[in-house]
Order: sequence, then C-alpha cells, then structure tokens
Amino acid sequence: MIEYKRLVRRTEPYILGAIILLSALIQARSGQFFTNNNLVDLTRSMVVPALFAIGAQMVIISGGIDVSFTAVASLAMYATTRILLPIDYAGNVALAYAMGASFGLVMGALNGVLIAWFRFPTLVVTLGTSSLFVGIMQGVLGAHELPVPQSMREHGQAFLFSVHNAQLDLSSEMPVTILILLGILALVFLIMRYTMLGRGIFAVGGDEVSAQRAGFNVLGTKMFIYCFVGAVAGIGGIARASMMQNCHPTNLNGMELTVIAAVVLGGTRVSGGLGTITGAMLGVALMTIMSNSLILIGVPTYWQKVFTGAIIIIGTGVSAWQVNASQRRLATRRLATGKQLG
Amino acid sequence: MPESILRTTDIRKSFGGVEALKGVGIDIREGEIHCLAGENGCGKSTLIKIVSGFYEADAGSIELAGRRFSRLNPAEAIALGVQVIYQDFSVFPNLTVMENLALNMELMDKRKLVSWPRMRRIAKDAVAKIGFDVDLDERVENLSIADKQLIAVCRALLHDAKLVIMDEPTTALTKKEVKALFGVIKNLQSEGIATLFVSHKLDEVFEISERFTILRNGENVASGSTADLDGKKFAFHMTGREFKEESYEPALISERPVLSVKGLSLRNGYSDVSFDLRGGEILGITGLLGSGRTELVQSLFGIYRPDSGSVEIGGRQVAIRSVKDAISHGIGYVPADRLTEGLFLSQSIERNAVVSSLDRLSSLGGVLDELKIDEQVASWINELSIATNDSERPVKTLSGGNQQKVVLARWLANDLKALILNGPTVGVDIGSKYDIHALLRKLARGGLAIIVISDDLPEILACCNRVLVMRDGAVVEELPAAGTTESRLGEIATGVA
Repeated sequence: MIEYKRLVRRTEPYILGAIILLSALIQARSGQFFTNNNLVDLTRSMVVPALFAIGAQMVIISGGIDVSFTAVASLAMYATTRILLPIDYAGNVALAYAMGASFGLVMGALNGVLIAWFRFPTLVVTLGTSSLFVGIMQGVLGAHELPVPQSMREHGQAFLFSVHNAQLDLSSEMPVTILILLGILALVFLIMRYTMLGRGIFAVGGDEVSAQRAGFNVLGTKMFIYCFVGAVAGIGGIARASMMQNCHPTNLNGMELTVIAAVVLGGTRVSGGLGTITGAMLGVALMTIMSNSLILIGVPTYWQKVFTGAIIIIGTGVSAWQVNASQRRLATRRLATGKQLG
Repeated sequence: MPESILRTTDIRKSFGGVEALKGVGIDIREGEIHCLAGENGCGKSTLIKIVSGFYEADAGSIELAGRRFSRLNPAEAIALGVQVIYQDFSVFPNLTVMENLALNMELMDKRKLVSWPRMRRIAKDAVAKIGFDVDLDERVENLSIADKQLIAVCRALLHDAKLVIMDEPTTALTKKEVKALFGVIKNLQSEGIATLFVSHKLDEVFEISERFTILRNGENVASGSTADLDGKKFAFHMTGREFKEESYEPALISERPVLSVKGLSLRNGYSDVSFDLRGGEILGITGLLGSGRTELVQSLFGIYRPDSGSVEIGGRQVAIRSVKDAISHGIGYVPADRLTEGLFLSQSIERNAVVSSLDRLSSLGGVLDELKIDEQVASWINELSIATNDSERPVKTLSGGNQQKVVLARWLANDLKALILNGPTVGVDIGSKYDIHALLRKLARGGLAIIVISDDLPEILACCNRVLVMRDGAVVEELPAAGTTESRLGEIATGVA
C-alpha cells in the first residue's frame, strides 16, 4: 500500500503514460510511429539532448541552474575542430573527445569558481559565461561553419546496425555515439547513487547549511559538479559535430531551454534536491517525440512549439500540484492529531 | 556529586569589537538536564558555538569530559560526545529518513562509497535507541516538525553523545509534541546523557530542567537549582527589569458591539460560533491546536469563507469574502507565524509598516507621498518603542518582539475597528512580551476591540477581560478572566475535569 502511494507521487509513471499516449496517437493517425526507422531516428536525435540533460540535471539537483552548457559545447566543439582540421586528424576519435572534454572542463571550472568560491547566483553566472564563451568563439576565433576532421567524420558515420523500412524505402542507422551516452549515463548513475560525492550533491541541493554542518565538502562538491558538467557538455559538442558531419558554431543556441524543460518535466525539482536519471531521460524522450514525430500527423512546425509549451506547463503544473497536495495532506494530518487531544 | 561533563571558565568572545561574551562560565554535570536561558542577543548561541567547537573563544578555557581545552574544533567536540541540535534541525528535507540518519555517520567514517544496506542498519539502530516509530523510506519533508526533531535527536545519539545541546527545541512544537520531547530527554537522562536545553519559556524550564544558567548581555547573572527559581526571579534575571502583570480591567466598554458573530460555521473547522465583541474589550480565545480557533479568526479576516452564519460590524451585516473586504471593514489580523505570513523579512521596517495603508498614504493617481510615509513611520516607531535607529533597515534585523511591533504598527496605521492577534508573543522574549501586553491594554483603553488567540494561558488571563474556550470546533464556555485560573481553562479546553 505504502509502495503504491509512493509510486503515485512519483513523476515517472505520468510522463511514461504521456509518452505512450502520444505515440499511440501518432501511430493511429499516421501508422508510421512504431516503424523501425522512426524509432532509430528518434533515438539518434535523443543522443545529444540526453547528454546535455545529464549535466543540466546534476546542476539542478544541487540547487543551481546552468544555462551555459550549449555555449560550452559549441566552443569546445569549435576549438577542437579548429585545431584538428588543419591536419585533418585521422587517428583515434578519443583524442577529439578528450580535447572537447578538457575545453568543457576548463569552462565549467570558471562557472565553478564563480559559483562555489565567490557564491554568485548560478543563473547570473551561467548567463554571463554563456555570453562570454559565445563572444570568444565569434570574436577571437572568428567562428564560421567548418567541416570536421576525418576521425570525427568517420566516427559520426559509424553505426551499430542499420534498419530498412520497406514501405517507405527509408534506412536509418543507430550511431555509435549512443554508446558514449550509455557510458556516461551509467557513470552518472553510479556517482549519484553509490558515492558520498553523489549523495553530497543531493544534500547540498536539499539544504546547503545542513550539508556544511554534516561535514560535506560543499565547495568541493560544487566545483566537481560544474567541472564535470562542463566536460560532459564538451563531449556532447564533439558527438554533435561528428553526427552532423559539420561544425556549426551557433545551431546549438536555444537548445538549453528545451533541455532544462525536459529535465524538469521528468520530475527533477527546480528548487533542487530531487530528480532521477530515468525521469530526465523520459523527459528528453517526450520532448524529442514532440519535435520529431508530430510532423508525422501533419502538425505544422510552428504548432509544435505551441504543443511543446503546453506540455511543459501541464507537466510542471502536475509536479507543483503534487507538492501542494502533499502539503495539504500534512496539514490535515496535523489537524487530525490535534483533534485527538480533545 | 556527579562529575562535570562540561565546564567553561571565563569565556570571552568579541565580534568586530563588540563583546558577545564577557567571561561566561557554565557547569553541566553528567546526566543532568540543564537549562540555558536568556533574551535574544544575550550570548546563548555564541556560547553554544564555542562549546561545540564552531567558534574559537578569545579567552577562557573549556573543560570537556575531564580534558582541558583553550581551543576546540568541531571534530574534537563530537569525539568527546558533544552534539548540537540546531533550531532548524539541520535535516535534508529531500532525502529519506534513512539517509538523514546515516549520512553524518558515514561522513565521520570518511567513507567514499555508499552502501545502502549499511545505511539502513545504521538508521534502524538510531531509531531503536529512542523507540521512534517512523518509515525509514519516507522523505523527511513529508514529516511533521516534531518528527524532524526526533530525527535530529536520533542522529545525535549515534555518535555516543554525552551531552546533547538543544537550541530552542520547542519553538515550533505543539503542547503534545513538547511532552513527547520531554519524555525523550528524560529517557536520555536515564542513560546518563546530559542535555543542555536552551529556552526562554519559563514553564518549560521549570518542568524539565534540574539546574539553570541565565545569561544577560554576555554575562552570567544567575545559576543554580531550578527548584530555587520562580517566575518573577526568572523574568528579572532574564531582563534586569521587574514586571507587574495586572489583569486587564477595561476602562470603557462601548455600548453596542463592534463585531457580532452569529451562528458561524465552517465545515471541518468550527460550528455554530456566536459572540459579541465591544470596543475597549480584549477577548481571549483559547483551545487546543485543532480546536478551530485559528480557522474561526481567519474566517473573520476573509481567508476562509464560512458555510453559514453571519457577521455584523457596527450593527450592520457584512459579507467578508476576502482579506480586502476584511480590511475595508476595519478588521486587522496579526497571524501566528509572522515570519512567513505577516512580514516581508528582507524589506525595510518602513515598507513593512505602511504596506497595508498605502491607499491613504498616496495622492491622487496612486503616487506615494514619501514625506507623509516618513512622518507616519517615525511616529509609530516612537509610539510602539520599536528598537531601531534606522527605519530603512530590513525587518529581519530586528528581534522577535520588535518584529511583532512592526506588524502591529502596520495595522494601527489603518482606521481599525477590531484587531485580531494570533499567538501575539510566540517566540518573543520576556521583556518584549510584557511590552506587547502593555501595548494591547493601552490600545483597548483607547477604544479598540481586540481578540487575542493564544494557548499561553497566563497570557490570556493577563491580557483579556473575557475568555472563550473552544473545543472540537465549538465554543464550550465563556468566562471572565478575573477569578479564573489556568488549570480551570486547561480543564475546559481538554474536556478533562
């Protein structure tokens, strides 16, 4: 009984329900949703947003908000490409990832220092650094669209398997970048659940003063978070450029809001302290289905934005309503215990 | 005589040239329940932080479990058995009971990895120590305040505590919860664990503690056995002032009722409540938590809408559908939790004081008249003797008593007919409490009709001329304050004769 109640209070079942409902609707109207190539395409489009969502979620759980990750990803991707392109680097793509991650880590560290050390508000800091990184890319590096070096090109074309939809005569390939996503997902899951560092992130997001008193290294925890999500954003940038076969300095702009919305939709509490990776991934899945598949039932692109907005409002509204409901429950319980006295 | 577990001598501490402690000594014996009392700013918190190792004393020494320290760090204090339970309990609302109990222990052991089975084991041991029945997998934010506190207690006991310091542990608890907490403290005592109980509530000090130490302005003013203490001495030591609390005799009661309530009912709140309130009266409403007293007055202020019954103001039936209606009919309400319901804490004293009377302080077109505002605020600060030299400072910099006065000033700035106060002196120190009582009497003598809701029975008897007792949503008895005893009120409120 208690288990059931807890399940009802979670967000994941609701969002899973929404995904099932939406896919059933699209399938019924178009007959094209549950086809092998559509499912592979959807997964493919999820890779980069999902990588970003992992980082965005970690920051939100710790009680902050990071809007700079697309700028970090763009600059890391651009800088790496700029260095590797002149020699048309053809070696192991791990080097590109390592470079992207390092650039990302350095940028994340800047966020970390400003947030953890100087205690500036996270939104303001990341808005500022975001603008700074975009400025460096466009001003100092004179960013323009670039092709990618050979290793990234081959990496982006590599696939695990390919499916063919005979009816539409379309093929889709499952990119190897999905393995990078799965690896990072596993790593973050282990950190968040099975290390004191991960529990410290939850603790800081729940109550920073209590975390300090309990003996968590709050400063170190925050530095770790911003460095780590910077590195993950850098990796996301490399994955993106590889999959697109081209390095475009600005086309990640604006994705940060969709990603944050997906994370919040997946049940991560905006004020910090709560959130599951499953929830975040479901949130990303729902947002991706909205932007990729609504077109299958003839919803024009501009209406997709309206739908997306509505889903965000309804989704976050449900969470807010759940919080209110649990507070009401608490109030009635107190009233009831009070009455027993009389 | 048992040994001392903690003894400090001549502790001094200054912050930026201001002396917070001027040579304080405290002596706590093994397994005793010791009360540390004093008004806000007397140095209680500083002393606690020094004995738990968070601050370093400028001078003096600390003797802890037989060892002498001139400086102490938090780890040493914990290792020697000192545990502090802060007012906010330092829990993680977003984590489960289990993690809240076990995390500190895991951190102390410098663990890097989490073992959930081990955490569960630690948590089970912790709750077993005081027989606390709680769902280990529930998130702490879903628990009552009393349960959160018990979690903090259980967590403290995990570290082989010899001395548990509780910083004003009863502030947010109901009477029943306080009783339960006292049971826990006695239980600790039987296991030889001493408790330092920080409080400024007289009845609690008498009920629970064996010995006491009172500080005033960073100095020891009294210490000894609680048996030798009485209410008058306690108040005198705390404040350095003598108080005479006479019961309230209305000077002039208006002929016609200001407020007349007839057969008012609210489902799940209260039923069929009727009373009259005349100008010059202070009407007390008391009853246990859940008796419907708060719901009743909140209905008069337009927060709840009653299901049936009527309210008359000045003999005219009125409909109070919203807070705005209530204010326009001349009703003011000072809520129980002034911090969350009554004040904009980070805003200035001035803004807080005038926020309900902006209409009258602005010229045509809604432009605020700054001069008029300054004048009015200055006059209220003076009238209510609010202790501040700058009305531009945020309200949160004031003490509890002065914050309450700001809330009062806000209402008095309006043309009030009736003022309702819910728990007017909760969390307010003794000196300000008397000041607020005196102020209420003065206002009533000036013709205002006042309702005071409180479960502080001495307060009800001292302030009011008439008392309504509520139980299970109904007014069970109305009686004059003069000649009524606390125990009689308690009997009526609980229904146990």
